[in-house]
Amino acid sequence: MIPALSVQDLTVRYGPVTAVRSASFDLRAGSVLGLVGESGSGKSTTARAVVGLAPFSGTIRVGDADASSPRSRAAREARRRVQMVFQDSRSSLDPRFTVGQCVAEGLPAGERRDAGRRIRELLDLVSLDEGLMRSRPGQLSGGQRQRVAIARALAARPDVLVADEVTASLDVSVQAVVLNLLRRLQADLGLSMLFISHNLAVVRYMCDDVAVMFNGRIVEQGGVDDILGRAQHPYTRSLLAAVPEVGQHRLLSDTAIEASAASSPAPGPGCDYRLRCPVGPAVDPGREVCSTTDPGPGAEARVHLAVCHFARERRDEPAAAGTGGALA
Amino acid sequence: MSTTVATTVPTRSTARRRRVRLPGGVALALLLVFVFLSVAGPWIWGHAAGDTNVADANQAASGEHCLGADDLGRDLLARTLYATRSSLVLAVLATVVGGVVGVALGLLSGASHRLGKVLGAVINLLMAFPALLLSIFFAVLFGIGSVGSVLAVGASFAPGFARITQTLTASAVSRDYVEAARVLGKGPVTVVLRHVLPNIAEPVILYTTIHIGTAILALSGLSFLGLGVQPPAYDWGRLLSDGLTRVYITPTAAIGPAVAIVLAGLTFNMAGEHLADLVGGRRRAPRTAVAAATARPSTGTDVRPAPPVDDAALTTTDAAVEPLLEVQHLRVLYPGPDGGVVTPVRDVSFSVAPGETVGIVGESGSGKSMATSAVAQLVEAPGAVHAEVLRFDDVDLTRRTAEDERVLGRSMAMIFQDPGEALNPAVKVGTHLVEPAVVHLHQDKALARRRALDALRAVAVNDPERRFDQHQHELSGGTKQRVCIAIGLMGEPRLLIADEPTTALDVTVQRQILRLVAEVRAETGASVLFISHDIAVVSEISDRILVMYAGFVVEEATTDELLARPAHPYTGLLLAASPDMGADRSRPLPMLDGRMPGPGVDLPGCYFAERCPRAEQDCRDARPPLLQIGAPGHRAACWHPLTGTPSTATATGASGPADERTAP
Repeated sequence: MIPALSVQDLTVRYGPVTAVRSASFDLRAGSVLGLVGESGSGKSTTARAVVGLAPFSGTIRVGDADASSPRSRAAREARRRVQMVFQDSRSSLDPRFTVGQCVAEGLPAGERRDAGRRIRELLDLVSLDEGLMRSRPGQLSGGQRQRVAIARALAARPDVLVADEVTASLDVSVQAVVLNLLRRLQADLGLSMLFISHNLAVVRYMCDDVAVMFNGRIVEQGGVDDILGRAQHPYTRSLLAAVPEVGQHRLLSDTAIEASAASSPAPGPGCDYRLRCPVGPAVDPGREVCSTTDPGPGAEARVHLAVCHFARERRDEPAAAGTGGALA
Repeated sequence: MSTTVATTVPTRSTARRRRVRLPGGVALALLLVFVFLSVAGPWIWGHAAGDTNVADANQAASGEHCLGADDLGRDLLARTLYATRSSLVLAVLATVVGGVVGVALGLLSGASHRLGKVLGAVINLLMAFPALLLSIFFAVLFGIGSVGSVLAVGASFAPGFARITQTLTASAVSRDYVEAARVLGKGPVTVVLRHVLPNIAEPVILYTTIHIGTAILALSGLSFLGLGVQPPAYDWGRLLSDGLTRVYITPTAAIGPAVAIVLAGLTFNMAGEHLADLVGGRRRAPRTAVAAATARPSTGTDVRPAPPVDDAALTTTDAAVEPLLEVQHLRVLYPGPDGGVVTPVRDVSFSVAPGETVGIVGESGSGKSMATSAVAQLVEAPGAVHAEVLRFDDVDLTRRTAEDERVLGRSMAMIFQDPGEALNPAVKVGTHLVEPAVVHLHQDKALARRRALDALRAVAVNDPERRFDQHQHELSGGTKQRVCIAIGLMGEPRLLIADEPTTALDVTVQRQILRLVAEVRAETGASVLFISHDIAVVSEISDRILVMYAGFVVEEATTDELLARPAHPYTGLLLAASPDMGADRSRPLPMLDGRMPGPGVDLPGCYFAERCPRAEQDCRDARPPLLQIGAPGHRAACWHPLTGTPSTATATGASGPADERTAP
């Protein structure tokens, strides 16, 4: 089956900074792929490249169409089938537009004639009252605004929806509304979704597959239960161990999550993560290979990939403390 | 319970630097006069302005000619009034020319990556020349006369318009809604016309209005130099130029047009500024409203007496220990947008025992940050703080002295969500740590430095000697937060207030900072007041948790009790709505639509009732007080709690709240 979105060797450079380095992933049709990582890991830049907001090198295919070239008509048509919902609905909706105008903006040229009916349909799809059509974004709550943004993206009849931290600026009570809505839409419309989030619990709830990014690279990817339940890359395990959990008093008891609080990736050859790695040379000086050799994508199949010299040895151990029970 | 209402009115002076400025009405009235003159002037005075009378030639001011007459005996007052139209019309035309050319250039350079650099350089180059020099240059280029001078002044304005448009456009195109339109496949022209232009129009129009005044001066200047309007046509600049030749004999001939030019210039400038004030200053609210509400609390938005609180609620779970911090019936008031009063904190009572960590959980708008700001004495004018009791150790915070403030400075430490904002970018890390000790505590500099390095080591900042001499931009977010905690450790902190200290941090760094806070507490014995929107984060660090909603504490319990037996429906929802690592993925999340009542809303009943699945009519009629429910120290403000019943609570101690209820 052709993936809904296929990204090969994606590299994004901003001047001297390489924000994304040779990222490759497939989004299976009708599935949700989570992209996780810390700030600066390149997950949002990847999303922006996919929708054509960031210049990139590499190949992006939407279904069977090539969307890589920035200017060709075919690529533009292909990119229209990938729509995006942004993190902050306050800034992603033009404050001067009404809700109706915001949604209408997403309609393809052929559907403008019957815009009123289609807008009402879309508002109904995202469970918004059509009485809000003449309201302005400033009059709506955060959850309502985010639903308008989703309706606008759906108006373009996309195959792929890119959701970039869509609930990060919402309160938890409203976050649930948006997450439930996205799940329902994904199931009802058969959408494929690239779901970017720093919240692993939300990713676990929403996604079928997960790709973990660190310093512009995908360091681990696979099925959600494989990645979150049987993580092999030490970075993924650190992320999992750090997830705050209701009712866990383990601040003073748990062991170090990472070897150091170094903020920038390690310079020179070798693994980017080695300064912080809890199983790397910072802890175990015998592991020189981490400082001398860049761990390329291993020989693992694409089913579960982990870019780490010592990923394999931890394979059969239980998952990181505190999450094992929850995931079992 | 004390019945006196103590009030903390912020002492900071509310006086601000202000420019001397006439009221906007004067400018608008003058503007109307000028518009009237330019419309009607030529009809009324056209005859008088054109009538030659050789007998009156070069006459000085007299009863017949107020400003005198010119060399052909024409009345100068009539001519000055007559010239209003030509002067203003030319000024408006010049501004429009400058505006259109400038805005077009600015849009192009702001919206296009490739043209942007070249056009930006051209604009910068033109901006470097004085406008008058440019207009004289262009006047010569475009030819002498009305058309030439209008084009010249317009051309000299264009760079200014281009610059402001370019800046506004550059910020507008980076907005998410512009990017969203691009993702939808809109072309650059559509994006500019639909999203950019409407959103930058307001400041550009204001800029235009102000520039009409400048254009009047510039055109008059050109006419005065003989480059502008040519005889027999005339404007104020020509009249001034003619009058100046005999300024020593009949000064009024020059003074008349001069006054007209200055007055018109001032009028358009003031009208523009007044317009800018109207547009930009809508949110400025009168300060008197809060002062009035402070003086007479009964006339504020919250007219009912504060709901009764179970007296036991005011002490900690362990009644034997004197609390370090005690807060009873705290309210925070701000002036509202329409002259009213808003209350972001409506009624908050809690206490913190020595060495205890108390978490406050709430969503945005719950008042959690404002309540802790009030405790930390950080509510500034025009806000006002009310409390029946607001006590820290043995300091009454409602009437503190200068000595008390020094004590507070040493024994209360605060860390914020954005440590980058808390650190001065121009000051070295070390100075932040050392200065308070040297200046306020008169410590020896070398000793203070040693203690600062110890503090940095205590918060596990790597390489403290090097960090000491760095600036905040050289540090990562986690390290900045560590430095902020170290600053707190320089005093003798007895209470650490942490307001969303990990919200801006990545999850692994968040864990490190949480652990650091726990370690600091264990080592110093300080109490911690930990505020977050994330109940999971709060539950990991806190002994006891307060849940806030719409400015009220709606539930309070020890962490284990709250997680096991949440009583308030809102708490139950907070716990259930956020998926955790064990959430059942086959089921939708429990959710809550609608929004929290804002600080300006005034309701008689429960503020959560509108969104509450358990609400009944009594919830809307009467506000539930914070009553004990179940275990000792577990209190909730709810008529229909998830566990326990409020009636058992009334039996356990609270006096009177039952008669507040209007429905069973």
